[in-house]
Amino acid sequence: MDPTTDHGSNAETTRPDRLGRRLVIERLSSYWLIGAGLFAVALFGLIVLTLVQQSIPIVSEHSLLEMLTSANWDPAQEEFGFLPAILGTIYVTVLSMAMGTPIAILAAIYIAEYAEGRMKVIVSSFIDVLAAIPSVIFGLVGLVVVVPFVGDYLAPAFGTHSIGLGIVTVSLVMAIIVTPFMISLSVESLEALPDELREASLGVGATKWETIRSVLLRAAGPGIFSAILLGFGRVFGATIVPAMLIGGQTAVPGSPFDAGETLPSLIVNDFGELMSIPITQSALILVGLLLLVIVWLFNFGAMLVRRRLQRRWQY
Amino acid sequence: MTHDIALRTEDLEVTYTGNREVTALNGVSVDFAANKLTAIIGPSGCGKSTLLKSLNRLHEIQPNAEISGDVYLGDESVYDTDEPLPEIRRRVGYVPQKPTPLPVSIYNNVAYGPKIHGDHSKAELDDIVETQLRKVNLWEEVNDRLDAPGAELSTGQIQRLCLARSLAAEPEVLLCDEVTSALDPISAEQVEETLADLKSEYTIVMVTHSMEQAKRLADDVVFLYLGDLVERNDARSFFENPQNERTREFVKGHTAVEYDDADGADESEPESTTAQTVSAE
Repeated sequence: MDPTTDHGSNAETTRPDRLGRRLVIERLSSYWLIGAGLFAVALFGLIVLTLVQQSIPIVSEHSLLEMLTSANWDPAQEEFGFLPAILGTIYVTVLSMAMGTPIAILAAIYIAEYAEGRMKVIVSSFIDVLAAIPSVIFGLVGLVVVVPFVGDYLAPAFGTHSIGLGIVTVSLVMAIIVTPFMISLSVESLEALPDELREASLGVGATKWETIRSVLLRAAGPGIFSAILLGFGRVFGATIVPAMLIGGQTAVPGSPFDAGETLPSLIVNDFGELMSIPITQSALILVGLLLLVIVWLFNFGAMLVRRRLQRRWQY
Repeated sequence: MTHDIALRTEDLEVTYTGNREVTALNGVSVDFAANKLTAIIGPSGCGKSTLLKSLNRLHEIQPNAEISGDVYLGDESVYDTDEPLPEIRRRVGYVPQKPTPLPVSIYNNVAYGPKIHGDHSKAELDDIVETQLRKVNLWEEVNDRLDAPGAELSTGQIQRLCLARSLAAEPEVLLCDEVTSALDPISAEQVEETLADLKSEYTIVMVTHSMEQAKRLADDVVFLYLGDLVERNDARSFFENPQNERTREFVKGHTAVEYDDADGADESEPESTTAQTVSAE
């Protein structure tokens, strides 16, 4: 017993120290992690609060409903109608998602289920590269390539006229920007599916396409769905491309080939010169608040739907 | 005792050519008797699953699998054939190891195969679904919630649902890949009972880790070791009178090794603590 007691007393002198230190670090770690988490929440709260507080002047002078439905945007005359920008945003979002989503899903299926070996590596790395290009570069290329294309070919082909800058141009370029992003995310959710799912379907004699259509797309549905909604959020909040390519017309667009304005491009195009007038500044900040609320609502809704789907099918 | 041969492999060799080349099957020729349950046993990583999946070419979804030799379903070659792959896989159905419901309702899990392979009226489908669910002893448990997602069932029920899904495609052979290994003992027993009921009607090839399960269920046993076929025999002879030295060791040693391990772990712990105290000193 002698050696054990000896050993024991030795441990008693070192252990409380060491253990005590470890426990202090343990307790502190939870504090600073909570702190970091709360900081993010506080930041969000601060942003919302600032936007709300700064929007009060315009809301107290003009009816919110009137601003949302009025087509007349003329800050010099104190006319703050957001309708043109709202319609422009909806046009751009719907058009670019309509173009991008089917392509994104098909490409994701190709990469996740069909492409093999070198081809798969090449295609998916190009898509990652595309997704990483800064939007302003797409804006520049859009100016040089897409603007003349829309003005000289696409608009005449639809029997209409366009100066090249406008909603369709922005939609095309935004579709090119978000598609790789949506592809990457959709590929991830397809590849996360267990192989057993493929084996289960193929194992009763389904073809590859039947397996994809009725099993894999459904099982990866929540992931693909959130990929699309994240893409949606990106188009909705896109700033630089609309600012460069939409033509800056605050009138209700008669056709998608017209120039227009989106909510973010309205802020960007007007904030420099007009921020000096307090009421205009307040109006632009209200636009920002509107944008934030809509994007937040969408993310929240996306989360709810995804959870529901996931709980239902459990993949 | 001669039986009809439902399925046989001829010099089947499967190599995975990934980062490093692995030969999973080393020229295996083996018969599977019709309307019998054949268990494939052997240590982990000895090619059991590869053999099973190569029987309906399901291993081909792995990008790097190379195969030579052939599999015959009756007299027809499975590899050298004009028959489309999905039809081969319908005739040789597969149930995965992990209970995997399709992301659809219980009803549609079973109706999945029939809907693909034929035009059935709603009444016919209802009938198929009920028949197959009864076959796997699941009908009584789920008939009041056929529209619920398959994933809502317990894992044991899901595994029986998977069996029903495979059976509904009217296969000639059913491949089961360790179908009870992910289940709790009670569910495993229910699945075993189901397999026991089914084996007179279907040719079943089952991979299993459990020697006991093979004893309980199998009519024939195939023993694989490191990609080689060591022995194939009817279950009784296999366990009571193994022909091969390695089979004898495996049959005898398998359980013994497990007990050894468990005992060893219990005993070695206090030993090692004393050893540590001494060395610390």
